[in-house]
Amino acid sequence: MDSPLIPEGVKRCSPKVFFFWTLPWLGLLLWGGLAAILCLWKGLNQTNMSNIFAFALWIVFDLGLIALGAGAFFTGFLTYIIGKKELKNIINAAVIIGFICYSGAVAMLGIDIGQPLRGWFIFWHANIHSMLVEVSFCITCYLGVLAVEFIPIILANRKLQEVKEFRLFGHNLHEIMAVFAATGTFLSFFHQGSLGGMFGVMYARPFAAREGFYIWPWTFFLFILSAIAVGPCFTILCTKLTEAISRKKLVPDNAVQLLAKISAWLLSAYMILKIADTLAWIYGIVPQEGLTFMDFFKQGPYGVWMVVVEIIICGILPAIILMIPNARKQTGWLITASLLACVGIILNRFMFIIVTLAIPVMPFTRFWSYLPTWQEWGLSLAIVGYGILLFSLAYRYLPVFPKELELNPNLETRTA
Amino acid sequence: MEEEHVHGHRFGMVIDLDKCTGCGTCMVACAAENNVSVRPDESDKQRSITWMQLFKISNGKDFPDTEVSYFPRPCMHCNHHPPCVSVCVATATKLDFHTGIVSQIYTRCIGCRYCQAACPYQARYFNWWDGYFPKGKGLDRYLSPEVSPRMRGVVEKCTFCHHRLMRAKNQAYAEDRREIEEDEYVTACAEACPAQAITFGDLNNPEHKVSQLIKHPFAFRLLDRLGTEPKVYYLSSRDWIRRLADNFLPGEYHPVVNKNWMEREWSTKPGRDTF
Amino acid sequence: MTPFSFEWLWNVEYFIFFGFLYLALTVIGCGLVFAAIKTALQLMGFMRERHF
Repeated sequence: MDSPLIPEGVKRCSPKVFFFWTLPWLGLLLWGGLAAILCLWKGLNQTNMSNIFAFALWIVFDLGLIALGAGAFFTGFLTYIIGKKELKNIINAAVIIGFICYSGAVAMLGIDIGQPLRGWFIFWHANIHSMLVEVSFCITCYLGVLAVEFIPIILANRKLQEVKEFRLFGHNLHEIMAVFAATGTFLSFFHQGSLGGMFGVMYARPFAAREGFYIWPWTFFLFILSAIAVGPCFTILCTKLTEAISRKKLVPDNAVQLLAKISAWLLSAYMILKIADTLAWIYGIVPQEGLTFMDFFKQGPYGVWMVVVEIIICGILPAIILMIPNARKQTGWLITASLLACVGIILNRFMFIIVTLAIPVMPFTRFWSYLPTWQEWGLSLAIVGYGILLFSLAYRYLPVFPKELELNPNLETRTA
Repeated sequence: MEEEHVHGHRFGMVIDLDKCTGCGTCMVACAAENNVSVRPDESDKQRSITWMQLFKISNGKDFPDTEVSYFPRPCMHCNHHPPCVSVCVATATKLDFHTGIVSQIYTRCIGCRYCQAACPYQARYFNWWDGYFPKGKGLDRYLSPEVSPRMRGVVEKCTFCHHRLMRAKNQAYAEDRREIEEDEYVTACAEACPAQAITFGDLNNPEHKVSQLIKHPFAFRLLDRLGTEPKVYYLSSRDWIRRLADNFLPGEYHPVVNKNWMEREWSTKPGRDTF
Repeated sequence: MTPFSFEWLWNVEYFIFFGFLYLALTVIGCGLVFAAIKTALQLMGFMRERHF
C-alpha cells in the first residue's frame, strides 16, 4: 500500500504490521500528551517536584538524552571533519537519533519551566553569566543544525526525490554538510560542557561544586568527555536494536568497530579524569566546607554503591571491554559494554541533579525523599515513544542505512 | 560606593537567638505583609511558601541536658556573589549594589528553578499552584497593595520588605530629606517580633544597631564557610547553636563561650546588648 | 539579546558570548541560503546539476 514510499530495493513489513508496531508508542505519546496538558493547565503541582527537589525526573531525562544524543555531533565530526569515510554508513542513523534526543529534550523543557510562555525570555533577557543560558542558546541552535542535517535524509525519500526542487536542495545541503557538522561540533562542545558547568558553578552546594579553569568548573570538561565517549555507544545500541528487530544487518562492521574503539579510548580517558576529579573533590572541596565524603552518602537510598556502580561497574568495566579488540568484535560483549556505559552516564547525570538537591547543606534541615508522579513518567516515557516512532518511520520510508541492500543481497524486494 | 541620591547601603539583619521564643509571629507577619499565598491544605511542607521560616533545633542530648532553640531563617541576601543571582537565566534576580537587597522580578521569572537549586539556605520558593486568596474566607482582606502577588510558576523569596524601603524613601523625599532614619525602614518580621529578637538596619552605617551587633563575639552567620557572605547575622550565647550553623569536621569548631549552660550570660542580664 | 535590549552592556563578556552566537547563526544561515540559491540557479538552468 505504501510501497512507493519505501526506499528502492529494500524489504519492509506490511503496513498493517507496521501500524500495530506503532500502537504502543502512540500509547506512550498519548500518556505523555495527557501529562503535558495537565501540567500546562493545572500547574507543576501535578508533579512531585518540590522546593527541595527543584530539578527532578524531567531534568534527569533531559540531561541523559542530551548526553546520549551526543553521538550525532561526534559522529558528524568524525565523518565530515576528520574524514572517517566508513562512518558514512551510520551517520544518518546518528543524526536521526540526535534529532530525536534533542527535540524530545526541548519539548520536555517547555513543560518543565513554570511559565512556558515566557520561555523566550532566556534568549531575550539572557543573563550571559548563567550556564543555563549558554545551554539554552547552544541547544536551540544545535537543534536547528540537527534539523538541517535531517532534511537531506527526509528529502532522500523515493517519492520526494521525484520532485526536482527537493532532490536538488537535499543534494546541495548534503554537499556542504561539513559546514553544518563543524558548527554542530562547536555548539555541542559548549552545551555539553555547560550542562556540566551548571552544577560545577553552584559553589554553595558542596556535592556539586568543583574547582576549575577560569570560569569553567572541571565538570564542564568531564561532561563533554563523557558525552562523546558514550554517545557513540548509544548510536551502536540503537543500530543493533534496529538490526535485531528488522532481522537484518544494516551497518558494516568496520563502522561499528571504529565507533566502539574511539569510544573505548575516550571512556578510558574520561574514567581517569573522573577519578582524579572525584579524589580532588573528596580531599579538597569537601573538607573545605567542613564535610566528609560519607556525609553525602548516608541519607536515603543514596549510598556509596552509586559511586561504585558509576565508576567501576559502568565506567572502568565497559572501558576495558571495549578496549579489547576481540571483546568488542563479539556482539554480546559490545552490547553489554555499550549498555553499561550508557547506564553509567545517566547515573552520573542523576547524581549531579538529584543527589545534589537531596542532601541538605544546612546541618539542621532534614532529608526529604522524592518519587516521580505518573505525569512525570508519562512525559518522560513519551519521549521514548516519540523516539521509537520517529526512528521507525525514518527506517521505513527513508534510506537511513546506505549499505542495507549490499549487506542483505538475498532478500527479495517487495512488489507494489 | 558611589555618591548617589541615596548613599550605598548594605541592609542586613541580626537575629538574637537567645531572645527568640519560637512563637512564629515573624512568619505570620511576613506572610501577611507580603501577600504570600497559602493552600487549602498546607500539610505538604515541601511546597509551602514561607519566606521567613522558623526551624526548631536541638542539641541532641537527652534529658536533663536537652536544649532547644528556634532558628528564624529569612533570605540571607548574600553579598557580592549570591549563588542565585549568577545562575538566573532571565536576569529575574539581581543584587542591588545600592541597598544590598537581592531582588526578584516575578514578571521576568520563567520558573526554571535553577536559583532554587543553587541556594543552600532553601530560601527560595516556587509557586507550584496559582495564588489562593479566596474572598469568602477573609484571606483577601489582608492583601497589601504595595506588594505584587505572584502568579504560578515563578520563584519568590524574602525581599527584606523592599516596599517599606520605598515607602520610607518616599516619605523622606516628601519631607525634603535625603536620608532615611534607622527606624523608618524596618522589615515586617523585625517589627512584629514580640521579643524584639530581630534587628534590622544598614550594616554600612556605624550608627545603626545592626552594624554594632555584628561585631559581638556571639555573632555568627549561617553556612559562613561556603563564602556566600550572608547579610543576616545571628547572636547566640550557646555554642551548640553556633556549631549547628555550619559544617565542621571533628576538632574544627572552637567554642566562643567556654562556660556551661548554667554559667552562660543570659540575654536578660543588663548590659547584654552593649559592650 | 540584541544591543537594543535593556540588559545589553558594551563589555567584552557580551562581545564574546554574542559574537560566537551570531557567528554560529550566520554560518548556519549562510549555509542554508547558499544551498537555496544553488538550488534555484540549478532549477533555472544557470548551473549544472552534479550527478553521481
